[in-house]
Amino acid sequence: MSNEVNPNIHSTETSHADLHDEHHVHHHKETFITKYVFSQDHKMIAKQFLATGIIWAIIGGLFSVLFRLQLGYPDETFPILETFFGRNAEGGRIQPEFYYSLVTMHGTVLIFFVLTAGLSGTFANFLIPLQIGARDMASPFLNMLSYWFFFAASVVMLSSLFVQTGPASGGWTVYPPLSALGQASEGSKIGMDLWLISMALFVVSSLLGGLNYITTILNMRTKGMSMTRMPLTIWALFFTAVLGVLSFPVLLSGFILLLFDRHLGTSFYLSDIYVNGQILPNEGGSAILYQHLFWFLGHPEVYIIALPAMGLTSEILSVNSRKPIFGYMAMIGSLFAITILAFLVWAHHMFVTGLNPFLGSVFVLLTLLIAVPSAIKVFNWLTTIWRGNIRFTPATLFAIGFVSVFISGGLTGIFLGNSTIDIHLHDTKFVVAHFHLVMGVSSMFGMLAGIYHWFPKMFGRYMNNTLGYIHFWVTITGAYLIFWPMHYEGLAGVPRRYLDLSGWTSFNQFTELNKFITIVSIVVFAVQLMFVFNYFYSMFKGRKLTTTNPWGANTLEWTTPINPGHGNWTGEIPEVHRWPYDYSKDGREFIPQTEKVGEDESQH
Amino acid sequence: MISDVKLNYSDAVAGEKKSKKIHPHKFTMWVAIGSMIMMFAGLTSAYVVKSGQATWQEIRIPELFWYSTIAILLSSVTIRLSLRNFKAREMQKYRLLIAVTFALGVLFIVLQYLGFQQMWASGITLSGSGAGQFIYVIAGFHALHVLGGIVALLIIFIKAFIGKTKTYSSLPIEIAGTYWHFVDALWIYLMIFFILIG
Ligand code: HEM
Ligand SMILES: [Cu+2]
Repeated sequence: MSNEVNPNIHSTETSHADLHDEHHVHHHKETFITKYVFSQDHKMIAKQFLATGIIWAIIGGLFSVLFRLQLGYPDETFPILETFFGRNAEGGRIQPEFYYSLVTMHGTVLIFFVLTAGLSGTFANFLIPLQIGARDMASPFLNMLSYWFFFAASVVMLSSLFVQTGPASGGWTVYPPLSALGQASEGSKIGMDLWLISMALFVVSSLLGGLNYITTILNMRTKGMSMTRMPLTIWALFFTAVLGVLSFPVLLSGFILLLFDRHLGTSFYLSDIYVNGQILPNEGGSAILYQHLFWFLGHPEVYIIALPAMGLTSEILSVNSRKPIFGYMAMIGSLFAITILAFLVWAHHMFVTGLNPFLGSVFVLLTLLIAVPSAIKVFNWLTTIWRGNIRFTPATLFAIGFVSVFISGGLTGIFLGNSTIDIHLHDTKFVVAHFHLVMGVSSMFGMLAGIYHWFPKMFGRYMNNTLGYIHFWVTITGAYLIFWPMHYEGLAGVPRRYLDLSGWTSFNQFTELNKFITIVSIVVFAVQLMFVFNYFYSMFKGRKLTTTNPWGANTLEWTTPINPGHGNWTGEIPEVHRWPYDYSKDGREFIPQTEKVGEDESQH
Repeated sequence: MISDVKLNYSDAVAGEKKSKKIHPHKFTMWVAIGSMIMMFAGLTSAYVVKSGQATWQEIRIPELFWYSTIAILLSSVTIRLSLRNFKAREMQKYRLLIAVTFALGVLFIVLQYLGFQQMWASGITLSGSGAGQFIYVIAGFHALHVLGGIVALLIIFIKAFIGKTKTYSSLPIEIAGTYWHFVDALWIYLMIFFILIG
């Protein structure tokens, strides 16, 4: 790691008067602190996001395994549960209230901390400057702050796990009035405040990150990198940032009003409440208001999670099937359509919570419309790999896995999007199955594909392939075995977020099935730990790269040295002459973006 | 690794046309403004939704808010002038105008606070959920944004006095100015909103 960067070389012909303040170059020794801790290098920040995300994924995943244990075996006691949860699992059995806290934390951690910060934070930071040809983000300082706000959010959320009354409960959506009234449940006490503070910090982190991603993409592309020559990863990360920047602030306003209701006696969300034998004075509030504010973020949020995975998948599938991406412009168009529609469908989460049914029908229409751009994307991925010369690396497999689970989960979205069917399916395990496949598993696959694919660029070493294959096959099989049966449970009416279903005799038919799901979950979790081992082991002991472009890819990140320093390119930033998907063209396997278009080259 | 790189944007901007020269930091401010607009849009649309309900209680805006409106409008003018003087290298006038802007910003906050006191004294407290409670939250949050601008100005101001190196870049003050105009415009919008929907 000793690549001297010489950013002094300007490719400018004219000097820009108002940019001159950025022209100095400082050469000084980097300390451990500035290099690994308060680093402003986008690549290091990306690795920090990834490492933090992995730690959260282990915690969030462990929660699900532990509560799955109790769900599969409601009558058994498990000493290990008491070891982990102490008082909250007295005698080795999870308390029902605590179960509610656990699902809440599982959802919050995986949705926000892993699949938002861990996914966008990692790949937007890592890939944007590298793939558009920039030395760093528009504002490396804000970028560093973005990570540290995330870190602070993590610390607060983590601390909420250890307070006496336990972490927040009420689901990752923290609906009032339950979340607004401390006396309503243990999980609505200090745990809820910590949750809200942590999430406010998280929103700030996402905004700082998002601002930077948008600005960098629009303003700092290298010469020749027109918008329509950008890799689809960048397009996807761009729309992700737009979604975040426009929807997170609305969530924040919802949280602010909630904090006022909690502590300052307002009644934005509260009205006519009788709790613990006590009549509350609050009047005039509306709990539905919170749901509008929440889901105005909440629905875009699911696309904030999905779009980066889509971008990574597009890139990986094209590179590894040695074929141009099919329908590049259609891919951008559908990302755009998804971004717009994502803001117009939020009320499909509220079909049965008192929403006017006529208004509901408008949202049915808009919701079903999202299936169109989603289907276009699926079609294009399939046509991209169709008759390709596919190299089945672990990254490719996970990308194909992404397409598979995205289809399976997307189809059930169409069921749920019809308000009449949703009346039956709402708040059942069917919904759980839907969003785990379409968002949880699929985005996790996109993220894993990205890690396997760009690991060589991150650390200059390869991950172990054999472990990668085992990881993939166990995970995809397990994911379907876990979530497919949940659709049937949901259709039969099994509600989500309940610990003990033994009160309903009709659900006894699922006793064995629930055990089965639990066992598969444990296996799948174990395999994820194996992946984490592979990741850290390969960082230090993996096979070393000997070439800068191991996958024979066209994009700019592979033109940097094997271990690029801060500034990315040692000399000038390369100029771009073509789109990134010239694979198997004119008898050549791949043509990097930096190569000039030849005289007699065919058009793409 | 022995080099720490200050980025230079000329690399990136080189290929672009001259007209697209907006500095990335300025652009970032514009995107941030978009995001702050969404936050206040969220709050005011909550207000609209609630104002349609039966138990909604209207209120009258405290007079002091009119004076604070004047203060913030004036401050927008002074910050504009200070930028002009900075560019003309009239540093004496520039410092004065920044100081005046700063003072007007503080005055705005004080007037808002007194306005809140007026409201509170007239019996509008935090209990209930009519226009009053929303105004505490929305105007309060707006005031926090102004406070942020004041802190930024303070930093620029201190730099202008005790900075060792002479700066010729008007970038920080331009960005602060954009933000300042934004919180000003936002306040005008909020006033009109409170009056029309209140
Ligand atoms: C074909 C497109 C889709 C349609 C029509 C659709 C429709 C729906 C509907 C109507 C619900 C509400 C169900 C209920 O609570 O009763 C829902 C829930 C959900 N969907 Fe989708 N969906 C689609 C795609 C997606 C995608 C792509 C994602 C994520 C990447 C996603 C993530 C979620 C999540 C997280 C929930 C559950 C939220 C909760 O209540 O905790 N959906 N979906
Ligand atoms: Cu949705």
